[in-house]
This record gives sequence, structure tokens and C-alpha cells, in this order.
Amino acid sequence: MVDFALTHAWLVPLLPALAFVIIVFLTRPWPKLSGAVSIAAMFSSFVLASSVAYGVFTNPGFIERPLIYSLRWFGMEGFTVDVGVMLDPTSAMMLFMVSMVATLIQIYSTGYMHGDPQYSVFFSYLSLFAASMLGLVISSNLLQMFILWELVGLCSFLLIGFYTFKISAREAAKKAFITTRIGDFGMLLGLLFLQIIFGTLDLAGLAERVPHYEQYGISLGLLTLIAILVFIGPIGKSGQFPLHVWLPDAMEGPTPVSALIHAATMVVAGVYLVGRTLFLFSEVPGAAEVIAFIGAFTAIFAATIAITQREIKRILAYSTVSQLGYMMLALGVGSLSAGMFHLWTHAFFKALMFLGAGSVLHALHDKADVWEMGGLIKKMPITGWTFVIGGLAIAGIPPFAGFWSKDEILVVTLEYARQGHALGYLLFFLASFTALLTAFYMWRMIFLTFFGKEKPENHPHESPLSMTFPLLVLAALAAVGGLIGTPWANVWGKWIHFGHPHHGEPNYGLMFFSVALAVAGIGLAYRLYYQDEEKKLAKQLAERYQPLYKLSYHKYYIDELYQWFTRQVVDASAAVFYWFDIHVVDNIVNGLAGATKLSGQGLRYFHTGRIQTYALVFFLALLVITVVLAFGSPTLAGSMGGVHS
Amino acid sequence: MGTALNPSYFMVLSAALFAIGLYGALSRKNAIAVLISIEIMLTAVNINLVAINKFLTPEAFIGQIFAIFVITVAAAEVGLGLAIIIAIYRNRHTVDLDDFNWMKW
Amino acid sequence: MSLPILTITLLAPIVAALVIVFVPKEEEKLCKWIAAIGTGAALLLSLYVYFGYDQSVGGLQWVDFGGPVPWIKDLGVTYFMAVDGLSLPMLLLTNLIGFAAVFASWNVTHRAKELMIYLLILIAGVMGTFIAQDLFIFLLFYEVVVIPIYIMVIIWGSSKRVTKEYAGMKLTIYLLIGSAFLLVGVIATFIQSVLITGQANMSFEGLARVPFPEDFQIYMFGLMLIGFGSLLSMWPLHSWSPDGYAGAPTAVSMIHAGVLKKIGGYGLIRIAIYVLPLGAKFWAPYIAVLGVIGVAYAAMGALAQKDLKYVVGYSSVSHMGYVLLGVASLGVIGVNGAVASMFAHGVMAALFFSMIGFIYEKTHTRWIPDLGGLSHQAPRLSVGFMMAGMASLGLPGLIGFVPEFTIFVESFRVFGWLAVLAIAGIIITALYVLRAGANTLFGPAREEYRQVKDLRGAELVPLVVLGGVLVIGGLLPSLLFDMVNSGVAPILAHIQETLQIGGR
Repeated sequence: MVDFALTHAWLVPLLPALAFVIIVFLTRPWPKLSGAVSIAAMFSSFVLASSVAYGVFTNPGFIERPLIYSLRWFGMEGFTVDVGVMLDPTSAMMLFMVSMVATLIQIYSTGYMHGDPQYSVFFSYLSLFAASMLGLVISSNLLQMFILWELVGLCSFLLIGFYTFKISAREAAKKAFITTRIGDFGMLLGLLFLQIIFGTLDLAGLAERVPHYEQYGISLGLLTLIAILVFIGPIGKSGQFPLHVWLPDAMEGPTPVSALIHAATMVVAGVYLVGRTLFLFSEVPGAAEVIAFIGAFTAIFAATIAITQREIKRILAYSTVSQLGYMMLALGVGSLSAGMFHLWTHAFFKALMFLGAGSVLHALHDKADVWEMGGLIKKMPITGWTFVIGGLAIAGIPPFAGFWSKDEILVVTLEYARQGHALGYLLFFLASFTALLTAFYMWRMIFLTFFGKEKPENHPHESPLSMTFPLLVLAALAAVGGLIGTPWANVWGKWIHFGHPHHGEPNYGLMFFSVALAVAGIGLAYRLYYQDEEKKLAKQLAERYQPLYKLSYHKYYIDELYQWFTRQVVDASAAVFYWFDIHVVDNIVNGLAGATKLSGQGLRYFHTGRIQTYALVFFLALLVITVVLAFGSPTLAGSMGGVHS
Repeated sequence: MGTALNPSYFMVLSAALFAIGLYGALSRKNAIAVLISIEIMLTAVNINLVAINKFLTPEAFIGQIFAIFVITVAAAEVGLGLAIIIAIYRNRHTVDLDDFNWMKW
Repeated sequence: MSLPILTITLLAPIVAALVIVFVPKEEEKLCKWIAAIGTGAALLLSLYVYFGYDQSVGGLQWVDFGGPVPWIKDLGVTYFMAVDGLSLPMLLLTNLIGFAAVFASWNVTHRAKELMIYLLILIAGVMGTFIAQDLFIFLLFYEVVVIPIYIMVIIWGSSKRVTKEYAGMKLTIYLLIGSAFLLVGVIATFIQSVLITGQANMSFEGLARVPFPEDFQIYMFGLMLIGFGSLLSMWPLHSWSPDGYAGAPTAVSMIHAGVLKKIGGYGLIRIAIYVLPLGAKFWAPYIAVLGVIGVAYAAMGALAQKDLKYVVGYSSVSHMGYVLLGVASLGVIGVNGAVASMFAHGVMAALFFSMIGFIYEKTHTRWIPDLGGLSHQAPRLSVGFMMAGMASLGLPGLIGFVPEFTIFVESFRVFGWLAVLAIAGIIITALYVLRAGANTLFGPAREEYRQVKDLRGAELVPLVVLGGVLVIGGLLPSLLFDMVNSGVAPILAHIQETLQIGGR
């Protein structure tokens, strides 16, 4: 079984893809059957992925020498592209995590989407989404990765815009696609550079060749540029500043989709890509610094927005942006291990919280404002308590999963600073301050939603088993999923690392510091939103710092800025181009046609209709020709006589 | 064949006839007059053909044959031309060429 | 290979047209079925030829009557029908789109019999240009194509910004003027070849062996560039394209954007570059610049459009910019990409136009602000529309991506940062495609389109045929690329050889 799984890892993405095809062409009229097909495929793919993971994690040889097999996709002289499978601990971990989260989310969806007229279509999209992401994870080639990356983008477009009757969903879908497209443009340029300079896009080939870049005749500066171009892709896909704007809007889709996008698939694709191409970034310190700074800045930037938002899914969305910033920071300071570890733990607690939020919305009939909720934990105990576990995990309270991964990131950042990188301590400060903010806004949301007074107009009820079961599984994982990466027995770091594995002594001071931050954040939220029944203090604060509050509430007006740019710059210049086309280019064409017509009109006056005039002209012309032939230049006469020779 | 008969005499006669015919064809308003003028031009051509034949190739009758050819064609042409003129006259009650401008534009 | 398969393929639509002539005009369905059978037979034959072509051997195959049949001896004109890796994809494309176009016109009731006859003649004409290996025959078929288009536009067309008579006239005159330039270039080239070699030979291969002087090549290439460029809607000779497509009936838009335009690119490679390599080398940078301008300019133009057909019209100008960029790179990878891109764009543009045609038929408007929420009533139609749109913005997994990427690889290497501007076009493309697609199909269902019916029966044929090709070509690009490469590589090898002998 394990050997079969290892050599047939391509079946993992193929099974959901098949489910997509089957649903679209065969079982669409029968929603129950479609759901069953989709879940069956997804579950088999999860089983297979688990076997793959088992196979990889029992054989340490995979750490140094990944299993790669590929076949030629297309090619010509000087340009060949292979597609294939690359299995190492990183991809095996992702394979396992993605297929598991996707399976849980599909089970959850059977409850959440119950009775939706587009039920089958929804499951077909989910399958395709999972298939693309799983394919991306095992890609052995950057072009292959890019292709699946785009397919992930397509699926997110379809799923975000799933409620096609909503204008907002439509706009959000477009926004997601186009924003990530801007990132893809940069990435495409980077890939072209890599292909042209190194002659291949195979990850293994590149990993071999990039460190010897001087032999390929390029400077460090150009390599830095290439690395930054490649990084623009993940900026778009993983919602890093300044291309983060689509991610919060992505919650317009059905909640399981938000969970899938935010936790397991779309956004972590960017982080994963950076992890996979770390051989490139580690060569160029400049680019790595850019990644670390964008990551850290995004983390704090999104956290400051999240503290004032009112919609439950929007708060979660900004927290995702912020956590992705953490992962990027970790990768930027050069630790694949820490970045991937946070990706792993984040997948569980974020999926948990999104699905929990979905359960809340389901119960409250899509009322999303946290200020209108309260005391829900009494009526919805499972949702409530699992949500609390998620909250503890993301805030970084030991022994929940988030603590270990966040601690690891803080450790590597501090080390980075100690290695003498100029602004390393700034990164560390940003990361720790974000930890405080994270604990605060998450618990603000939890206190407002699940605790405090119940609102009489709400009639919540606990969700069905199909929805609570995934919550329970994910809660368990969010609770213990981090224990494989504790500083005392870092199994994680042994398997997943770049360069030399990390062998730090447990830093108790730092652990204490990070727990203190989390507790401080939760305490502050407790003081403002739980103890203070009327929330007077919170309101006073908002009043006193109103400009700041507004800035945060309006997300620093970045959306407005982009909207202005699209309308006033892009559309306006498009209008200018169009004006030019119909007034200048077209008028030249029409002018030529008009000139032809005018000359015809002028010439028609020679056409008097009187035979005698014609005859006169005829004879005059004859006369001229005769005279020329008789007395004219010999060359002309010769040439006219020589027409036939 | 007397020495007095210089070819230029024939040429001058022919050219004069041709010029007269051309003038008539271009200036007369009456269609029948124009037709007659064209006949005069053809006669001028015939004179030239016969005369030049006499001086260039007296043994062969190429010019004469051509002249007869022209006469034949001219006869047909006059027949056709008169028929057209009569047809037009029946429709328009005029043979004035200035009125025959329906081909204009 | 005793049967002249290519000639039979060429005759299939003509025979169908002749049969339709004898059908009473009231029998519309019968006319359409006959047309479908004729184009279907041609499609099957061209598929047979495509998969029967031996790529390991390459070169001209499926030669009819065993070789060139002399026709006009004094001019060296021969009836010479054969295909290679360059012609075959174009032949297949023609028949794919021709077949789909018949079904896209399935609901036309106004003078359906005549429409089918003209359509079949058009298809045969286009097909002829691609399989003729003789310059004279090529031009002959090209002229055959122009006339039915004019008639079809002014009888079955529709337009909003300009009258359909204007659109038809613009289209026709533009193409005729282009072909006039082309004709001058071709005749001069032919005469020069006779002066140099003392033999009259009109076949492409024969002409390519003639060592024309460099100056002559540069001038003649310029003339041919104007000719083929206006056919390919090269900026700034593109302005017929949006108006023409908007005015034309669905079938004509499909065939015109799908294949007729590609005659320009085909001719550029097969005639201009193949016969005049030194001229090509001189003009290549200019072609690249015009291509890049075309990409950016037309993409911006498309962004400003409100009429669906104009969006696609401008977008096809933009895509032809990519083709020009690939051709201008004069490298195997780039030209392969250009040819594959022509095929890909043909399929997606045809699908796009057929879907727009159906939308127009069912809602009587193509004005984007008036449309919306059609996915509620017509999911299949929406799938077709989105597939065409996604292929057009270069979504991987559909046929458009790999050719585009291939062009980028080569042109980025050859032209450097100039190509970046063209690559940036993919963002604008995404913007206008998504706007057109999402605003037409998504959003709340509209009351006035409650009666709209989804595609069914024969209407599904364009979606199935063209959509199928989009997906298959996207997943298995080697099906297309291996074929294209077997045709392009020898041509490029010949050019490299000539350029090296030319010294410099």
C-alpha cells in the first residue's frame, strides 16, 4: 500500500479531479449522489495521502533526496517542460494536511449547503479546488506549479462568486482573480527569467543550478530581481500587503469555501511556493529581507485592521492575512521549518474558526455583526467551546498548537536579529506586538459572540452533526497538533528544514514572554468586552481616538485607493485609447476613403456625356502620342516600341 | 506612273480630307452630319492606304484590300449608325448630339 | 495515398453548397443539415489527415496527385495541394470552426439557404489558402474568400455603433487593399525570381530557394507585411477588425476571427519569412514593436467597450499582437508559439463569438450594462462563455496558456523589456474578460430575461466541439506542439541557413 501510494502519488489530486468530471457530466441532477461522489473521492485521496505521508516520514532518505518522477508534457528544441511528482517531507506534510482539511470541509458542507439549489455544482467546485491544490503541492516543476496555482485561482473565483445572485459576491470574485493576477504577472516574469537563464523550471534542476548562478552569466543584482519578481506571485496569492485586498472580500463565498481558501488551499499556496523556492531566496539576502519585512508589516498591518472590524468572517479574514505575514516572516528569515510549522498549525485552528463562524451564521441566518451576537455558547456549546480552543490556539496559549509555531517564529526572528541583520530587532518587535494584538482581537470577537448577554431577537440552535463533527476533529488537532514541534523534541524540525536542521536550546525566557503577551491581549479583551457589560470603555476609546479608529475600520482606505485607481486611471486611460482609436485611427481610414470618394467626385466632371468631347480628347491624345513617337526622345520611343521584347 | 505624281500630293489631300472630317465630327450638332464627317475621315484613310501601297509595294495589293475592308465596315457602320439615329429620333424627336447626354455621370 | 484526400476535403463543402442550390428555400432545416454534413465530412477528413501525418518524416505529405500538376505553364503555376506541420493545424482549425459555425447559425431563419451556401464557399476558400503550396493558388483562394464575406455582412449582419453596410464595406475594402499590396509584392517577387533563375516557379519551396538580393527582399517584405499585417489586424492596420466583427453575423465573425485572420500569420511565416528571410531579419524589430503596441493598445481599447462583440473584437487584435511578437522573434520556440497561439485563439474566438451570438439571439442585446445574471437561466451558455473568456485570458489548463507562455519565453529572450509590456497585457486582459463575463452572466437574475432558454440540441455543438478542443489542447499541448514544431522547424532551419550564407 505504501509503495503503491508513493509511486502513485499523482492519484491524490487526480481522484478529486475525477469527481469533478463525474459530477459535472453525470450526477449533477442528484445532489446527494454528487456530494457522496465528491466526499468519497476526497476521502480516498486522504487515505492515499496518509499512506504517502507514512511512507515519507518513515524513511529519512527523503529529506535529502526527494522522490521525483516525471514525464514530458510538451517540448521543442531548447524548451521542454516535464510534469511530475516530487515527494519530500514538506510536500508529504502538505498533501496530508490539505487532503484532511478538505475532507473535513466537504463533510461540513453537506450540512451547511443543505437544500441549496446549486448543491452539486458546489461540490464539483470544491473537488476541483482540492484537486488543483493537491496537484500544486506535489508539483516537480515550477511551470506545473504555476498552472495549478492559476487553477486554484480559477476555483476560488468560481467559489467566491458562488452566490451568483449577489452583486457583492460577483465583485469580490472579480477582485480576487484580478488582484492575484497582478501577482501572477510578476511571478510569470520571474519564471521566464529562470527558464531563459537556467534552461529549466524543474525544482530539482533549479535547486542545483541557482547556487552557481555566476556560471550562467548573471549578477547577484539580477538574481535578486528575479527572486523579488517570483515573490510577487505569493504576495498576490497569500494576501500580503499591498495585494491583500481580495482576501477579506473572499468571505462573500459560502463559509466552507472561506475556510478552504483561508486555511488549507489558496492562501497557503503562496507560502508553500516561497518554501519550495527557498533555494533561490537563500542565495539573495536582499530578497529574503524583502520577504521578511513584507511579512512582518503585513502581520501587524492586518492585525490593526482586525481590532475594529464588526463582521465575524471579516475579523477572521484579517487574522488570516496577519498570520500569513507571520509565515512569510519566518521564511524570510530563512527558516522553512518555522514557516511550514505555522502553516500546519494555522490550517487547523483557522479552518476550525471559519467553520465555527459558519455554524454561527447558519444558526443566526447570516447575521454577521459580532455586536449583535452574545451569549451564544449556551445554545451552541460545541461550536462555542471548539471556537474557544481555536481562540486559545491562535492567541498562543500553551499547550495549544499555535503557541509552538508562533514561539518558533519568534525564536528564529530573534536569532536572525542576533546574527547582526540591521533591522532584525524591528522584525522581532513587530512580530511580538502582532502577537499581543492577535490575542486581543480574537478574544474581543469571542467575548462579543459567545459570552455576555444573550440577545432576545436571536434564536440560535446547535448545528447538525455533519457540521459539528469536523469542528470536533479540528479542535482536537488545534489542541495537540503543535506537540510534534516542541523545542524539547522537535520532530518537525528534524524532517522539514532547509539547509541545516535547527538545534536551538529551549528559550524559556522567550516562551514566558510570548505567553505573557497572549495573556495580556486576552486580559485586555476581557476587561473591555466581558467585564464591562455596557462596553463603555471600549466605546470611549473609540471616541477619543476616532481618527485612528476610522482609519482602522476603513482598512486604511486601501480599497478606496484601488477603486479610485481602477476607475480614474485605468478606465480613464482605456477611454482615452478608445477615443484615439475611433477618432484618430479610424478617421485616418475614413479620411482615406473620403479622399478617394472626393477625387472621384472631382473627376466625374470630365465625364460630360458628350461624345464629341470624348472624341476631341481622343484625337488630341493620339496627336500627342504621334508627335512624341516621331520627334520625341529615342529612349522613350524605343521603350514604347519595346514593350514586347 | 508619272514623275509628277509625288506621294506628298496624296498625303496632303488625305490629311486635308481627314481634318475636314474631324472638324465636322467634332463640331456638328446634327448626328447625321457627324456620321457623314466620319465617312469623310474614312475616305481619307482609304486614299492613304491605296496611295502608299502604290509607292511601297506595287506588286501586292495590301492597301487596296484594306481599303475595301474599310469600305465594307464603313457601310455596315453607317447602316447601324443610321438605325440608331432613327431609333433615337423616334424616341426623342431630335438628332441633336447635345441632347444625347444620358451617359453623363 | 492514391486518393487526393486534400482535394476531396476541399470539395466537400463545395459539393454541399451545390446540393443546397437545388433544395427549395423553404426547406431550411434540410439546407442546414446538408451544410452540417458537408463541413462534418471535411472535419473528419482533416482529422484523418492530421493523425495520419507522419511527424517523424516531416515535410510536405498527403500530396495530391503525386505532385504538382502543371496548370499555367508560362507562369509556372501548378495545382499543388499538400500539407505540412504548419498547414495542418490551420486546416484542422478551419474545419473545426466551419463545422461549429454551421450550428451557430442554426436558428437563422432569414434566407437560411443562401447563408449556408455562402458559408460553405467561405469555408472552402479559407481551406484552400492553407493547403495550397503554390503562390498563385494561394492568392486565388484568398480572393475567393473576400466576396462572400461582404455579402454576408450586409445581409445577415447587425451593428450598433456603425451601420452594417459601413462595417461590411470597411472589412472588404481593407482586405482588398491589403491584398493589393500583397499582390504587388508577390508579382515583383515572382518576376525577380524568373530574372534570377530563368525559370518560372510559383511554389513556395521553389521561390524559397531563389537568392534574392537584400535590398529587394527588404522592400518586398515591407509590401507583404502591409498585406498580411492588415489581414492579421496588425496595429495600426487593425481598425476594420472590431467594427467588422461587430457588424458581421455570428458565423462570419467566427470564421473571420477564427481562421481568416490567421491567413495573415500563416502567410507571413509561409511566404514572407520563408521566401524573404533577409527582409524578415530587417523588419523583425519593427514587427515586434507593432505587435507589442497592438497588445497593449487593443487591450485598453477592449477595456473601454460596452458591446460584447467589440470586446472580443479588440481582444482578438490584442492576441494577434502576441502572434506577431512570436513571429518576430524568428526563433523556433517563438514561431512555434505563434502558430500554436493562432490555433488556440481561433478556437477560443470562435467559441466566444458563437456564445455571444446565442446571447444576442436570446436577449436581443449585446450591450453589457443591459445584461446580467444570465447564468441563472442559461448555465450551459455561461459555461461556454466563461471557458472562452478564461482561455482568452490565458488560464492554464485551457489551450491559450502554453502557446502564450512559449511566445513569452522566446520574445523575452530576444526583445527583453519590450516583451514585458506585452506580458503585462495579461492583467488588462483578465480585467476586461472578467468584467464582460461576470457582468453578463453573474449578478441577480433579471426579470426581462426570464424567458431566456439555455442551449439545447444543435445549439450545443459549438460548445461541445470548440470547448472540447480548448480543454484537450490545454491538457495535452504536445498534440498541437509536436505537429507545429515539425512544420516550423524546417522553415526556421532554412532561414538560419540563408541568413548565414548571406554573411553579415
